[in-house]
Amino acid sequence: MAEINPVLLKELRQRFRRGKTAWLLALYLFTIGGFVLAFIYLNWQSAPGYYQPNRSLEIFITLSVAQLFLLAFVAPGLTASVISGERERQTLNVLLTTRLSTWSIVWSKLVASTAFVVVLMIATLPLYSIVFLYGGIAPGQVPGVFGFYLLTMFLFASLGIVCSAFFQRTGVSTLTTYGLVFALTGGTGFLAAFLTEVGRINRPETLVNPGFLNWVVEFLQQTNPVFVLLKILAAEDGIQTGVSLGLPYWANYTIFCLGLGLLLLFWSSRLLLPQPRGRFFRLADKRSHGDGFSG
Amino acid sequence: MIKLKGVTKQFGTTRALDNFSLEVREGLVYGLIGPNGAGKTTAMNILATLLLPDAGTALVNGRDVVQDPQVVRGLIGYMPDFFGVYDGLRSAEYLEFFAAAYGVPAAKRSRLIKDLLELVNLPDKGEVYVDALSRGMKQRLSLARCLVHDPRVLILDEPASGLDPRARAELKEIIRQLKHMGKTILISSHILPELAEMCDEVAIIEHGRLVTCGPVDQITRSAKGARQLKVSVAEPVPDLAGFLNQQPGVSSPWVEGLIVQFFYQGDQSQQARLLQTLVSNGWPVIEFSEVRRNLEEVFMAITGEEGLPNGGN
Repeated sequence: MAEINPVLLKELRQRFRRGKTAWLLALYLFTIGGFVLAFIYLNWQSAPGYYQPNRSLEIFITLSVAQLFLLAFVAPGLTASVISGERERQTLNVLLTTRLSTWSIVWSKLVASTAFVVVLMIATLPLYSIVFLYGGIAPGQVPGVFGFYLLTMFLFASLGIVCSAFFQRTGVSTLTTYGLVFALTGGTGFLAAFLTEVGRINRPETLVNPGFLNWVVEFLQQTNPVFVLLKILAAEDGIQTGVSLGLPYWANYTIFCLGLGLLLLFWSSRLLLPQPRGRFFRLADKRSHGDGFSG
Repeated sequence: MIKLKGVTKQFGTTRALDNFSLEVREGLVYGLIGPNGAGKTTAMNILATLLLPDAGTALVNGRDVVQDPQVVRGLIGYMPDFFGVYDGLRSAEYLEFFAAAYGVPAAKRSRLIKDLLELVNLPDKGEVYVDALSRGMKQRLSLARCLVHDPRVLILDEPASGLDPRARAELKEIIRQLKHMGKTILISSHILPELAEMCDEVAIIEHGRLVTCGPVDQITRSAKGARQLKVSVAEPVPDLAGFLNQQPGVSSPWVEGLIVQFFYQGDQSQQARLLQTLVSNGWPVIEFSEVRRNLEEVFMAITGEEGLPNGGN
């Protein structure tokens, strides 16, 4: 029988033994649940005595968007310290002298961290039953949303891991990860809207390449988690560019998340190697071994 | 078993190792001595496959640490100068994790962990959380961790650092046992008298360069090429130091009561002729012998009294 990866086993043991884990889970459910119940309460207050089924869709959208933002908050927090934390505890060097490959270390860290996020998401499933109670939602939408969460979580977690491998300090790594996640969720959306506005204000003939601008806007909105989620929920069509990227939006988003995530994980594993390869690897090599020498 | 040849490692403008060469034969306990920043930890990190040398070669049992890092990792047990704690893991789980990371079959681990905990005098601490152990216990657990895959070479960076005398004595005893098990041990420490007791050979390193190496006795005798001799006389002789200073090979004589000590460069027959000269000139010599200097004094003499090494940070 295949043995579970030792780093994964250790991480799961450590993570699920902590009292903090249970508190975090409770806090997560309390926040999401409170959000949904508050939404229902406010709707009920505004129109007492009856419940409109189309409100289910609103709750579903609210719940899903809230969950996305909580994921954007939790996933980086869990992963941005996985390597830098080992470095700060001075356990990384010992780990690197074992026979485990750096890829195996990075991958196990990712799985262990995201396992908890998956637990968080599964724990929220009963909240979705509130939505189904009143109808108005296609059954296929929930798996679609959860698939979206998994992909997004993979990307956010990979960002956290590469930052924790690159930066020596967990504080810097965490801040940078949150910055990048914010750029990915909010920044690209704003950029897409801004570029659309640029294209609208300027006449097409004054632009260097209007086709390219539309392509960029389309790419940005098909890789922006908020735009994609709203599209899955059929709540928003997004910006109309008239450009096709060749594949359905969900396929483009899947390729983007998996491709970029795997690339970041591969880079993380390279950062852990003593062999410097290129400027960024050299920088990380110096950092990952403290100030280089000590005695 | 361990061979460093012309190893150079530079960090920015600082040259941590400068054409450093060293050879450690199988089964020896080999001490690495040097002041802060001498390059001890860098040399050990290169051997542990954590750093790449800029130039030169580093071999463990004939395998290049750069070409075959995975093979080398199986041959060595590395203990850094600081014990990093994993929160929420028990001692036995800690060892099990590393045994699994080294590919030790699951069926063998339970017995192995029990044996290792006994070896390091922690037989009843298997279920205790690692972060609840004392520093001395953590160091011994770290030593047990180094042994989970039965390596032939142990690289121990300041293993006695921060330990109380009792914990140091326990660690020393374990290292002695490991030597009897045939392990080759490369060890750095700032507690030089203990290192002298434990080690078969030592190397003194400074500014990334090898200053001297060899058996402890030989090092203490031949530091700076001069031996320290002492002459005891029967009655006060204030002129003896001046007389000695005029003799060939003698330098820096000083008087302490009825004893005159000095450094002497010359072989044993020349030393015998010096004694003859003293006696034939009527000095009332009652003892003429060599002063056995300890490793700490030799280190201070060799490194220009820059201070004791306590490397690793």
